[in-house]
Amino acid sequence: MNFIRKFYYGDIPEDKAGGNIVSSSSKTDWPLWEVFIRSKQGLDHKHAGSLHAADAQMAIENARDVYTRRMEGVSIWVVESKYIHASSPDEAASLYEPANDKVYRHPTFYDLPDEVNHM
Amino acid sequence: MTNYLIDYTLHLADNALILGQRNAEWCGHGPVLEQDIAITNISLDLVGQARNFYQYAAELIHQSVDKSTHPATEDSLAYLRTEREFKNCLLVEQPNTDWAQTILRQFFFSNYQFLLYQELQKNNDTQLAAIAEKSLKEVTYHLRWSSEWVIRLGDGTAESHQRMLQAIDELWRYTGEIFTAADYEEEAGVDPSLFQPQWLNKVKEVFDEATLPVPEKTFMQSGGKTGTHTEHLGFILTELQYIQRAYPDSQW
Amino acid sequence: MPVQDFEQLFQDKIDNEVKIEPKDWMPEAYRKTNIRQISQHAHSEIVGMLPEGNWISRAPSLKRKAILLAKVQDEAGHGLYLYSAAETLGMSREEMINDLHSGKAKYSSIFNYPTLTWADIGAIGWLVDGAAIMNQVMLTRTSYGPYARAMVRICKEESFHQRQGFEILLVLSRGTAAQKIMCQDAINRWWWPALMMFGPKDSESTNSDQSMKWKIKRKTNDELRQNFVDMIAEQIKTLGMKLPDDQLKWNAERKHYDFGEINWDEFWQVVKGNGPCNKQRLEARRKAWENGEWVREAAAAYAQKRADRQKDKAA
Repeated sequence: MNFIRKFYYGDIPEDKAGGNIVSSSSKTDWPLWEVFIRSKQGLDHKHAGSLHAADAQMAIENARDVYTRRMEGVSIWVVESKYIHASSPDEAASLYEPANDKVYRHPTFYDLPDEVNHM
Repeated sequence: MTNYLIDYTLHLADNALILGQRNAEWCGHGPVLEQDIAITNISLDLVGQARNFYQYAAELIHQSVDKSTHPATEDSLAYLRTEREFKNCLLVEQPNTDWAQTILRQFFFSNYQFLLYQELQKNNDTQLAAIAEKSLKEVTYHLRWSSEWVIRLGDGTAESHQRMLQAIDELWRYTGEIFTAADYEEEAGVDPSLFQPQWLNKVKEVFDEATLPVPEKTFMQSGGKTGTHTEHLGFILTELQYIQRAYPDSQW
Repeated sequence: MPVQDFEQLFQDKIDNEVKIEPKDWMPEAYRKTNIRQISQHAHSEIVGMLPEGNWISRAPSLKRKAILLAKVQDEAGHGLYLYSAAETLGMSREEMINDLHSGKAKYSSIFNYPTLTWADIGAIGWLVDGAAIMNQVMLTRTSYGPYARAMVRICKEESFHQRQGFEILLVLSRGTAAQKIMCQDAINRWWWPALMMFGPKDSESTNSDQSMKWKIKRKTNDELRQNFVDMIAEQIKTLGMKLPDDQLKWNAERKHYDFGEINWDEFWQVVKGNGPCNKQRLEARRKAWENGEWVREAAAAYAQKRADRQKDKAA
């Protein structure tokens, strides 16, 4: 695919860039962790983002500093990203679409007279 | 009667401000992004504590002298006093040098603040007690965070261990002053020497896990509490106070 | 399924406003464009901490010191969110940082200008953050899910940044003669670089625009820039200051402000590394990273030791 791109704020083309030294990688990079935060008692933990930390303790403290600077949480879970197993998007159809025709699982499927409140 | 209380409150404020100023030097220059954020958080907490104490000191000053001739605010107290008037202990003004020294300074000081604020919560002066109670939550976290880092660095690599030994060598001499009460501390009814043993126990516990030696009794530097500082403070204040000195009587 | 079908499916999703998520199939160019753009955005946040961080130690009041600390810290947080978003595309943060330090990756040129007085902190908040917000609000609707979500979080947190900047200038504009001069001077120096933040003119490239088609971007540079000028030209009236552009004038026909020509030579010079502070900014970042290496190593070594000990205990 060959097209002429137009560049925007925060998107400076590489050919206009300055120096170009090959990047290296070392062993000191801390592992990546996923952060889940309960925003208040009674709610589920929700995925908030990720961060790098050397160990779980540090990950929880970093999560507190990074993701709850504005009182966003009352409880934090962290898990190393490599331990998360995810379903494959290619299987999305077989996993989720069969639920589409089971409308009777939803409360709105049932037509009740208006007098019946709070059900 | 309130003079000692003013001095004591200023002492508490100066401690928090100068350490906050030192920690803030890391902002944008930390060893890794997450820790840059962490040390800045601690700095923010300390600046917040300093403001509370300065505001209270300003109130006390207004009670004892005519407000119109001696207007005091949190900013006039932080920005318009000189080196010899600052009452912070020497420990907090020591330079960052490297992450090891910053961590160790924080650990020594948070360990002290943790014990101090617990005491202060019970003080007869309700305002000081209230500030202490509010700050104690922050300090509890600072102590935990810095203890963990002392252990990590002490028991990490040969280099980090060496750097911690160096930091102990640099900073230990400033820990004695903290527990020697100045006149205003005695009069305020807070004797820090009473909780020195607890402070030392915590140091032993953390150093032990960090595989670091607790130094033998050595000569201790002092003078900060009564306004005789190391040369570092003059430079800190020069930077901190620059705008207020250059443009007097302006609003910002 | 042949590749073309994948591409068609992918484009259908984009057209139907369905977000692309990390494990979804995507054209390699889409991945690369996103990595480049998100990491540049992250680098901009991190390098952007430096010109403002410059003034933390000298902030003129304790309140301003606390606000500035919190603001610069927010930028570190934003950099972190963005690095995380870019990492979902398969490039590690360390690689991105190495690319920044080697000069391969870029960051917003605005941060290569110096902060000379306290008023610059106000001007950055008002003009630079103001320009950035225009772009970021648009990006909350970008097609790549993790990027869009990071932007939502960032926009929520940024709302105070521009306001605090304007407030700094407002106080100066009502202050002493020296403060008023300081205020106008900062606006003079930051106005044109702020306009450059939106990038080259649309007319520089008239051909197909993949970023728009993929909905990574939803507005052109010139559209965003015009919105920005219209907004600032009104706001400056409250300050009683002037924008340094003789050609700035309301155009009743277009219902927009007309404005003068940007110095594009300066723009490309700064991008290429010849701005006033390019060297110092990169040097500061490299130094922080190099001085931090033993710290990162020590924490990793300690974590390993502790894990090993726990394993021994369990065995």
